[in-house]
Amino acid sequence: MRVLIMAKEGNQSEAATPPTPEAMAAYQKFDEELVKAGVVLEAGRLHPSSQGKRVRFDGKKRTVIDGPFAETKELVAGYWLWQVRSIDEALEWLKRAPYDGGTFEIREVVEFEGM
Amino acid sequence: MRSSSSRACEGALAISPRNGGASADPGRREKAATDANRAIEAIWRIESARLIAGLARVVGDIGTAEELAQDALVAALEQWPSAGVPDRPGAWLMGTAKHRGIDMIRRRKTLERKHEEIGRDVERLQGGTDFDSATDDEFGDDLLGLIFMACHPVLSKEARVALTLRVLGGLTTEEIARAFLVPVSTIAQRIVRAKRTLAEAHVRFEVPGGAARVARLSSVLEVIYLIFNEGYSATAGKDWVRPALCEEALRLGRILAELTPSEPEVHGLVALMEIQASRLGARIGPSGEPVLLLDQDRARWDRLLIRRGLSALERAGSLGGALGPYALQAAIAACHARAATAAETDWPRMVALYDAAVQLAPSPVLELNRAVAVGMAFGPAAGLELVDALVHEPALDSYHLLPAVRGDLLRKLGRSEEARAEFERAASLTENVRERELLERRAADCAAEGITGRSPSDGVASRDRI
Repeated sequence: MRVLIMAKEGNQSEAATPPTPEAMAAYQKFDEELVKAGVVLEAGRLHPSSQGKRVRFDGKKRTVIDGPFAETKELVAGYWLWQVRSIDEALEWLKRAPYDGGTFEIREVVEFEGM
Repeated sequence: MRSSSSRACEGALAISPRNGGASADPGRREKAATDANRAIEAIWRIESARLIAGLARVVGDIGTAEELAQDALVAALEQWPSAGVPDRPGAWLMGTAKHRGIDMIRRRKTLERKHEEIGRDVERLQGGTDFDSATDDEFGDDLLGLIFMACHPVLSKEARVALTLRVLGGLTTEEIARAFLVPVSTIAQRIVRAKRTLAEAHVRFEVPGGAARVARLSSVLEVIYLIFNEGYSATAGKDWVRPALCEEALRLGRILAELTPSEPEVHGLVALMEIQASRLGARIGPSGEPVLLLDQDRARWDRLLIRRGLSALERAGSLGGALGPYALQAAIAACHARAATAAETDWPRMVALYDAAVQLAPSPVLELNRAVAVGMAFGPAAGLELVDALVHEPALDSYHLLPAVRGDLLRKLGRSEEARAEFERAASLTENVRERELLERRAADCAAEGITGRSPSDGVASRDRI
């Protein structure tokens, strides 16, 4: 199955200061391990929400809202698409990630509709 | 020899919760035990290949290595539900397996009164790959050694496939049997015999180099593609595709590509599987029936897998492997992937690619596929001429796609009655229920056309299959 991991890193995701070299090295090592295990299909990081936009739909009306957005805890700072055999496998991988804050959400991607 | 504990552990993985209901709060305890068991199952999937690989390098044979790894798994199933999952589960499993290994060697050797050997073997086991200090390269070499061993040419194809799924995929015997629709005992025997054959042939745990590497690698690629194909067009049963097998093969391919980044054919195979897998969702109609390539809704093709496939193909090419057998097939698959609509397919390019593939490794199945491409590029009569030359080919004697392709070309030429007979013959040759239904439907269509005299070329989408 394919799962989307949304990294909700909390205040950190909005911070202008980049992570320390040690933290970066730890992230990279974890990423490499995932790639070597054939788990990662796709990965990416997002710019701070100050550069983002939102479009709110209300019937025919569309309202554009400029970032930054207030609810920092819910803001996605990065994502992975993983190929795993179960949600439990994704959980076990995610628990090994070298993060010390934030919430990471695992959601299964709908595939093979109609099967 | 398989210990009773390893059998018990497969059961334990399959049946949960264990030991629930005995405590004062059975519900909560049961849930905790179930959660722990599910975590253990997931950890086993992640760690088992590295674990078995590390052990196999030390003890020299897969059978013993797997037995030790399974013993460690049983210990985890006994201890983790109450004690909790350790911080470094892989290191825990490896440490436990090594302890069991040392005990086992002492027991065996004491029986044989070979005391001097005990010390030496125990020393090797105490050394070996240390999970805490091992570099990724060491892990990688072990894993590669295990892949080469499980896919050793001394084993039959079936044995290689079963052993690979078992020790590299971390699948249970039951799961492998279910995937291949054969009795559990058949797979169990296949694996036991494979391990015995490897031991009797004194197959060494190694990463081969030089000329041997090419042959050994090709055996590995063959196994991975066999697993993929069994999922992609199931040879038997009622399901047309079994995506789990495709995913398993893709995972093995992706791991291998990371382990051997400079091998062009590995990237070629990965490219082929990624591109073919991109169509998995589009190959099945609403009621589970097969949908042939040119009829597929291309909006349902998985763009991510196509992109991954095209970049793997590019990588194979940049390593000088554009003309490798898998890279060529991937290039052919890429012709479809690049065409926004079926009508935009570059058929002449595909014919050229098939020419190269046939030249490289002549095979009747390739010739048949080439005939389909020729039929599309230069008209059904040209295709039929090539197919007719293959009719007496012994290798295609019971291959259902030969009459299916022939029927298709005949139908396009307006020879409905002959086409119907070919589709019926094709239907009688396939063991896949879904595919048989499709072929029977096409035979019926031809019969209807024969009566009304309607030609299939007016407005009816072409239904070739490649």
